[in-house]
Amino acid sequence: MLDFPRWKIASIIGVLLVGILLAVPSFIPEATAKRMGLGFAPRINFGLDLAGGSHILLEADTADVAKSRLSNMQDTVRAAMRKNTPGPIAIGDISTANNALSFFVRDPAQLDAAVDTARNLTQPVGTSGTRDWTVQVVDSTRIVMTQTQGGINQFIDQAMTGAVDIVRKRIDALGTKEPTIARQGSDRILVEVPGVQDPTALKALIGKTAKLEFKLVDTQADPAKVQAGQAPIGDQLLPYNGRPLAVFRQAILTGGDLKTARQDYDQNGQPAVAISFNAKGSRAFAETTQQNVGKPFAIILDGQVLSAPNINEPILGGTASISGSFTAQSAQALAIALQSGSLPIALKTVEERTVGPGLGADSVHAGIIASAIAVAAVVIFMFVTYGRFGFYADLAVVINVFVILGLMALLNATLTLPGIAGFVLTIGTAVDANVLINERIREERRRGRNVVQAVELGYKEASRTIFEANMTHAITGLIMLILGSGPVKGFAVVLLFGIATSVFTAVLFTRMLVALWIRRQRPQAINI
Amino acid sequence: MRLLKIVPDNTNIGFVKLRGWAFGLTALLTIAAGVLVGVRGLNLGVDFVGGLSIEAKFHGPAPLDDIRARIDRLGVGDAQLQLAGSPDTVTIRLPLPPVHDEGATNALVAKVQGALAPDNVILPFNQVDTVSGKVSDELIGKGVFAVVAAVFCIALFGIVRFEWQFGVATFISIFHDVLMTLGFFALTRFEFDLNIVAAVLTIIGYSINDKIVIDDRIRENLRKYRQMPLGELIDLSVNETLPRTVMTSLTILLALLSLLLFGGHVLRGFTAAMMLGVVVGTYSSIYVSSSLLISLGLDRSRFRQMADATDKKKAARARAERIGPKD
Repeated sequence: MLDFPRWKIASIIGVLLVGILLAVPSFIPEATAKRMGLGFAPRINFGLDLAGGSHILLEADTADVAKSRLSNMQDTVRAAMRKNTPGPIAIGDISTANNALSFFVRDPAQLDAAVDTARNLTQPVGTSGTRDWTVQVVDSTRIVMTQTQGGINQFIDQAMTGAVDIVRKRIDALGTKEPTIARQGSDRILVEVPGVQDPTALKALIGKTAKLEFKLVDTQADPAKVQAGQAPIGDQLLPYNGRPLAVFRQAILTGGDLKTARQDYDQNGQPAVAISFNAKGSRAFAETTQQNVGKPFAIILDGQVLSAPNINEPILGGTASISGSFTAQSAQALAIALQSGSLPIALKTVEERTVGPGLGADSVHAGIIASAIAVAAVVIFMFVTYGRFGFYADLAVVINVFVILGLMALLNATLTLPGIAGFVLTIGTAVDANVLINERIREERRRGRNVVQAVELGYKEASRTIFEANMTHAITGLIMLILGSGPVKGFAVVLLFGIATSVFTAVLFTRMLVALWIRRQRPQAINI
Repeated sequence: MRLLKIVPDNTNIGFVKLRGWAFGLTALLTIAAGVLVGVRGLNLGVDFVGGLSIEAKFHGPAPLDDIRARIDRLGVGDAQLQLAGSPDTVTIRLPLPPVHDEGATNALVAKVQGALAPDNVILPFNQVDTVSGKVSDELIGKGVFAVVAAVFCIALFGIVRFEWQFGVATFISIFHDVLMTLGFFALTRFEFDLNIVAAVLTIIGYSINDKIVIDDRIRENLRKYRQMPLGELIDLSVNETLPRTVMTSLTILLALLSLLLFGGHVLRGFTAAMMLGVVVGTYSSIYVSSSLLISLGLDRSRFRQMADATDKKKAARARAERIGPKD
């Protein structure tokens, strides 16, 4: 017990010193730390509830995936049959009922060729050997194409990977500091952006699909039928200022043909988005506008017609301007969204938590005060109860506070508001180890053991109990960390750190202090 | 210096004798808590029922009636208002718009912002939480699972480290602690949110910690006093650890009290739950779990065997040392 070699003392003090030093940079304002050349030092991250900011959970609209793949495949099949070599394959109307494509092949002799063509449009799913669509012949005349679940899942998976990248590009374009963008599970994206004053713009931007299409307006369509919601063959109806507009299905250009997009003003001084196309887009746009002078075309964003200007002259320069009823801010957002590309899958917000900077600052302030008072109260209580031994425990607690912070900084852990609660609780529980030890020493003294024996037994017998008690704490802490969400995790992190460090400080460090004191003073009696 | 002693030396309180009363009272309170939760239900936060929650701070006391009237005029559903800790801060809860995308929610927040008296409310809002029904269902599932998992893991730990009776006794008293905490929330109508799940888990951890310390002492005494009747032995163990039990509870309560008074309103429900949990957990450690061991029929003979085995090993080692190689 009293045997504490020099190297042991040195290493205990060394470890604690390192822990405390690691905590120091977190107390210095970031700018000051940089000036002092401590910019490299690890700091504790504040969670969104302390720093202010937004936590947004986006979920992919997977119900929509099957439907949109179906309609894409419909177009693809039609085009492929038409462009078939050696000659086009004549097929009847493609039905999309029952979530499957179904069509007649007019010439039975071409059935096998049609099946081959359809099969060529399907993709393998991973390495599973299955494909994303099954192609079957029904009644020897009809081809039925059905999506496989594996195909849908693969599409979602790839789309989500793309979506995460696009969301990241958009947030980076806003210039926000240290955002977190992470895929969660199969169909969710978690976005955490600290320090945003007003998340409205952010939310509007990241969830925007931004699917841009240029399509010619069908001027031949019968206005009465269009109004009644009946689209001519090869057309689709899209809302334009609250009324349907018939446009040709075939797009002249899509967002994929864009080179740049930036916020600008149109000739009337209204905010607009100036776009330029890549080589392929420029050529297609030039060709179409040359052939359709005097006719209107529609600029379509996410299935809504923004504007339908007339083609007054061929547009050869590969640039265009999108105007609508934009504000400078919404035009800016659209420009960013277009520049980053369209989301391959629609995303919607399923959870959002925003903490204003005022509340965050209040919470930090209150947390610091509460922690300081808690430490002071516990320190006084321990001292009046256990005297010198209480003082040693107090030293351990105060050091423990810094070591927890230092460790959190080192491991880049995030401190949240519940984390502060965990902190205060840890202050209370950390001294439990010392209470156990000191009570045991009191007991052993009452049983008539001498000072050294009592202290020795106190530490030895209490250690087992302390280990077991902390194990149960750690079990609940781990469960919180694994199963908990958001705030519960932040709490668990501090609790677990506290358990680890408090065993070190409360048991080993105080034992060293007691041993050194007894060795020096050789007391015959102790006041405990 | 005279040191403070909250619990006098060598107490000898007959806890085991009181156990009939304690069990009765505990059962009564537990049932009452259960009924309360069943009848009144918990005031679940948006985390668990979904919806929109806005915390708004005002210059001066918040005009609750005025706010309610202004929001009712919007026709966006039934608004619930609650003061959040201080008279100038209000939590406004609204159902989510039926079309749930960021556009609709943004518009709703903007509507509420527009409806509030502009010269009175501080913008941006303190806090805006939106949770969809799907996510809130998941959060409920996760929370319940975490609590159940914690209770079972700990009971398992008790069984592995000690005897099955310890595991079962701990399990029952933890169940009691959790139910009492829920009853407290049903009674006070404090909002039950994600943070409270963390509090419940912590209460479980703390309560077990307390019980382990007593169980550990019972085990130690079972080895030490082989002839002592079980009731007497449990009383002795509980009394021996009583100063520690009380002292630790007080320290933690002291720390939590500071958090309750100075930690800000966001953590108030959380801290209140925890303080109650410490009191209930301490009670159940002293009165319920150890006394339950008798009712569950803890078998001393196994400890006698274990102790005998240890003694034999010790004796063998001592002999081995005596006849060991000469230097």
